[in-house]
Amino acid sequence: MSDLPFASPYVPNTDEDRAAMLAAVGATSIGDLFADIPVEFRHPELRIPAPMSEMELRQEMERLASRNFHAGTHSSFLGAGVYNHYCPAVIPPLVTRGEFLTSYTPYQPEVSQGTLQATFEFQTMTAQIFGMEVSNAGMYDGASAFAEAALMACRITKLARVALVSTVNPHYSEAVRSYARPQEIEVYTIEPNATELLPGTAAVLAQNPNFFGYIEDLQRLSDMAHAAGALFCLSADPVAAAMLKAPGAYNADIATGEGQALGVPMSFGGPYVGIFTCRKKYIRQLPGRIVGQTVDTKGRLGYVLTLQPREQHIRREHATSNICTSTALIGLWVTMYTALMGKRGMRHVAELCYQKAHYAAARIAKLPNYNLALEGTFFQEFVVRCPLPPAEVNRRLEERGIIGGLDVSGFIENGMLFCVTEVNSREQIEALAAALEGIE
Amino acid sequence: MPTTNPNLHEEAHNKRRTLMERSRAGRTGVALPACDVPPQIMPDASMLRGDLELPEITEGEVVRYFTYLSQLNFSVDTNFYPLGSCTMKYNPRINEAVAALPGFAMAHPLQSERQSQGTLEAFFTLQERLREVTGMASTSLTPLAGAHGELAGVLTIRAALDARGQSQRRKMLIPDTAHGTNPASAAMAGFDVVSVPSDPNGNIDIEALRAQATGDLAGVMFTQPTTLGLFDRNAIEMCNIVHEAGGLVYGDGANMNALLGRVKLGEIGFDVVHMNLHKTFSTPHGGGGPGAGPICVTEEISPFLPGPVVEKHEDETYHSVMPARSIGRMGGYQGNFGVLIRALTYITLLGGEGMLEISGNAVLNANYLLAKLRSVFELPYDRSVMHEVVFSAKRRKGASALDVSKRLLDHGFHAPTMYFPLVVAEALMIEPTETESKETLDSFIEMLFAIDAEAAEDEAFLHGAPYNTPVSRMDEARAARQPHLRWEPTESVAD
Repeated sequence: MSDLPFASPYVPNTDEDRAAMLAAVGATSIGDLFADIPVEFRHPELRIPAPMSEMELRQEMERLASRNFHAGTHSSFLGAGVYNHYCPAVIPPLVTRGEFLTSYTPYQPEVSQGTLQATFEFQTMTAQIFGMEVSNAGMYDGASAFAEAALMACRITKLARVALVSTVNPHYSEAVRSYARPQEIEVYTIEPNATELLPGTAAVLAQNPNFFGYIEDLQRLSDMAHAAGALFCLSADPVAAAMLKAPGAYNADIATGEGQALGVPMSFGGPYVGIFTCRKKYIRQLPGRIVGQTVDTKGRLGYVLTLQPREQHIRREHATSNICTSTALIGLWVTMYTALMGKRGMRHVAELCYQKAHYAAARIAKLPNYNLALEGTFFQEFVVRCPLPPAEVNRRLEERGIIGGLDVSGFIENGMLFCVTEVNSREQIEALAAALEGIE
Repeated sequence: MPTTNPNLHEEAHNKRRTLMERSRAGRTGVALPACDVPPQIMPDASMLRGDLELPEITEGEVVRYFTYLSQLNFSVDTNFYPLGSCTMKYNPRINEAVAALPGFAMAHPLQSERQSQGTLEAFFTLQERLREVTGMASTSLTPLAGAHGELAGVLTIRAALDARGQSQRRKMLIPDTAHGTNPASAAMAGFDVVSVPSDPNGNIDIEALRAQATGDLAGVMFTQPTTLGLFDRNAIEMCNIVHEAGGLVYGDGANMNALLGRVKLGEIGFDVVHMNLHKTFSTPHGGGGPGAGPICVTEEISPFLPGPVVEKHEDETYHSVMPARSIGRMGGYQGNFGVLIRALTYITLLGGEGMLEISGNAVLNANYLLAKLRSVFELPYDRSVMHEVVFSAKRRKGASALDVSKRLLDHGFHAPTMYFPLVVAEALMIEPTETESKETLDSFIEMLFAIDAEAAEDEAFLHGAPYNTPVSRMDEARAARQPHLRWEPTESVAD
C-alpha cells in the first residue's frame, strides 16, 4: 500500500480543473496569482503541523476533552452566571439543520425567511420572559449586552456617568468598564441600599438575582433612578424571571440577560447569546439587529431586518454600536428551548431550582462549621462560609467527584458560592452535604 | 399586524403562524421531572410573577414548525452562496462533532485550571496557530466576533499609545473601502475617524494618507486584501508612513482566506490583526453568528491584550492569565470556546499544506469568475484579484445590481454582496471560496449570462424578481415606518 498524497476533503478542484481555470485566467501557476505580494514577503515558512486524518483528529480531540472535568462526569454546583440546565434532546439536531447552521445574516429576505421568522420568535420570547415591550435579535453574551445597555442609556440621556450596583457579577462590571472607559463614561459603584446618586447619572445598573444569588430591593433602586432622571438597567436571569417578578414589573427601561441559562451548553464560556430588551420608545437607540414583520409585493406576510439606519453598515462611525455578526444560532437555540418548555415548563424549572437550592442551603447550614453568609431571599445560588479556604474545600470535593462552588473569598471570608439547578438530584445534594461534613 | 389577503394566501399564512398563534392551553413540549426534595418555603407573593405568557405546544409541533422555517432559507448546505466578504465556505461536520464532545460542551468556564487542562491546552494551541498564520508575537482569543475583535484591537492600540505618553493621538484613518464596522469600532474606542480615499488602481491613496500623518495620528484601520478583493500594493509603504509618524497599524483580517500561507501581515508591518474564525476557519455562520474574532499583536502590544490568555508552563500545565496591562475583559468569560474549538479542529485536519490549498484555490476560483464574467459586467479595477471579485452592474442600464441579485435567487444561487464597497457604483461583490467546484462556478457564470440576456430583452421582468422564492420583494419601508417587532399579547389568537 502506498502513501496517499494530501488531498483536502473540502476542495473539489482537481489538477485538471486547475489547469483549465489557470488557462482561462491567463496564468501559468497558482503562485502567479499572488504576484501583488512583494516577493520578499511571499510564501513565508508556515510552521503548522502536517495534515491529520479525521479519525486521528477525532482521537486527539477526544484526548483533550477527556482531560476536562465536566458536568457529565461530576456532580457540579458551579454557577455564577453560567448555569447547567437540562436541554431537551430535540434541540441539537433541530438547531444544527444545515439550513439554519450554514446560512448568513439574512440580508436577502426572500431566501432567509426561516432565520428571520425564528428571530422574530426570539424577540417575542425574550420580551415575554422579561416582561418588556421590545427586544433586539440578540447580542454576544450577557456581559457585553449589559455593557451596551450602559452605553445606550448614556446616548438616551446624553449623560456620561453610570452607577453600578456593587453586587453585580464582577465579570460584568469589568465588561462595562472596558466599554465605558474609551467613551469617557464614568462608572461609579453604589451599594444596593444607596439612597442617592451623583448628579448627571445616566443609569443605575443592577442585577437580578445579584452575583451572590440574592434578590435586591429592585423597586427601590428603580424608583431612585427614575426620581433622579436616570434609566434603570437590569441584567436578569431568564430562568429566574419565569418565577420571580420580571424586569418589566420593576419598570426597567433596559433589561438584558445571559441567554445561556435557557438550555444552552456551557461550552467553557461560549457561544452564548445576550438578551437585550427595552421600552418601545427607545428602539431607535438599540444596538444590533432587529427583525420586523411586513408584507411582500403580493401582500404575503414576511419578515425583514429593520430600523437599519442605526447600524454600522449604514451609519458607520455614527452607528449605535459596531456589532455585526452576533449569535443568531444560539438565539434560535433559546427560542426552541422556550417554545418546548413553554408556559408550564419554564415556571416548573424555575421552581425546581428554587426548591432544590433552598433544600441544599438548609442542609449545608445545619452542618457544624458551615453557615449561610448572607440574609435575604435567594433564587438558586447562595454563599456558604466554609471552615477552610474555599480552594482547599474544592480540592477535597474534587476527590469525591464533585465540582464545588465558586471561591468568593475575595468578597466574603471563606465564602463559597453554590449553585443548585434542576439537574442536581437530591442524591447529589446529600453527597455534597456528606462530603462537606467530612471537611473541617 | 399588517393587513394580508387571507383568501389568496390562507394556506401560506397558516403555515407561517407564530409560536404564540399555535399555542393551545394544556399542551407541553417536554416531560418534566418532579421535585425530589421536601417542599421549601416560597418567597413572598409580592416577589413572584403571575403573567408569564409563553407557548403551549408539543415537541412534534415544534419540530415541524422549525423544520418548515429552515426550508425557507438558502444556506451553504443547499445553495452556492457567493456572498462577498463573508467567505461562505463549506462547514465540515467533524467540527460540530468535536464541539459537542461532553468534555467540551459540558465544561464550565469557572472550573479550576486543574479541572480544565483540556480546554486550556486547546486554547493555547489555537493561540499558537493563529500567531503563526499572522506572524505576530501573541494572541487573545477572547473577542466574540469580528467587530468585537476590531474594538478590542483598536483599544489595545489606544492603550499602547497612552503607554508611550501619546494620549493626544486620537485620529484613526480608515480607507473609504472599509467595512462599516471599522469606523463604528473606532468611534466606540473613542477615536476620531478620518476617511482616506483610494487611488485609481484601488490601492490606498498614499498622498492623501501622508497628508494625515500628523502628531495626532493614532493609526490606520486597514483591510488586507481590501474589500475590492485586491492585495493593496501600497500597504507596506502605508505601514512605514504610519509608523514614522508615530502611529500604529490595525489589520482587519476579514479577508484572510486569501492570505493563508501566502504572506504574514505581521511581517509586512501590521501591529494588530483580527481574524474572523467564522469566515477563514470555517465555523458555521448560523444565520448571523456565533463568530469569534481573535486578535494577534506585536510584542509591544502584547501586555495590553484583552484577557484572559493562556500560558504554558515548563511542567506542561496550562494557565489562564490576564496580560500585565490588559484593556480588560470584553465579555463574560474566555471567548467563544465552542467556536474556537471548531476552528482548531479545522486547522488541525488541514495542516500547513491545507492552508495553502485554501488560499490557492479560493484565489483561483475568484480569478476564474473574473475572467469569465468580465464581458457581462464592468470591472472597475482591471487587475488580478485575491479571494473575491467586485464588478459593477452599471454597464446595462435598467438592470441594477439589485435586479441581478434578486433574479439569481430564482435559480437557486444566493446573491453576491450588493452595493458594497461604496466606492463602486452598482457593486456586485462575488466570493466563491475554495470549496466550490468548477462545475458550480460554470453554472453560476452561465446563469449570469442568461440573466444579462433577459435584461436586454425585458428589463421590467427583472425588476419583479424573484418569482420562485417563498416571498417576493418585501416592503422594507413599511417595516421601518410601523415597527412590528414581536407577537403582541393583545392580538387575538387565530383559529
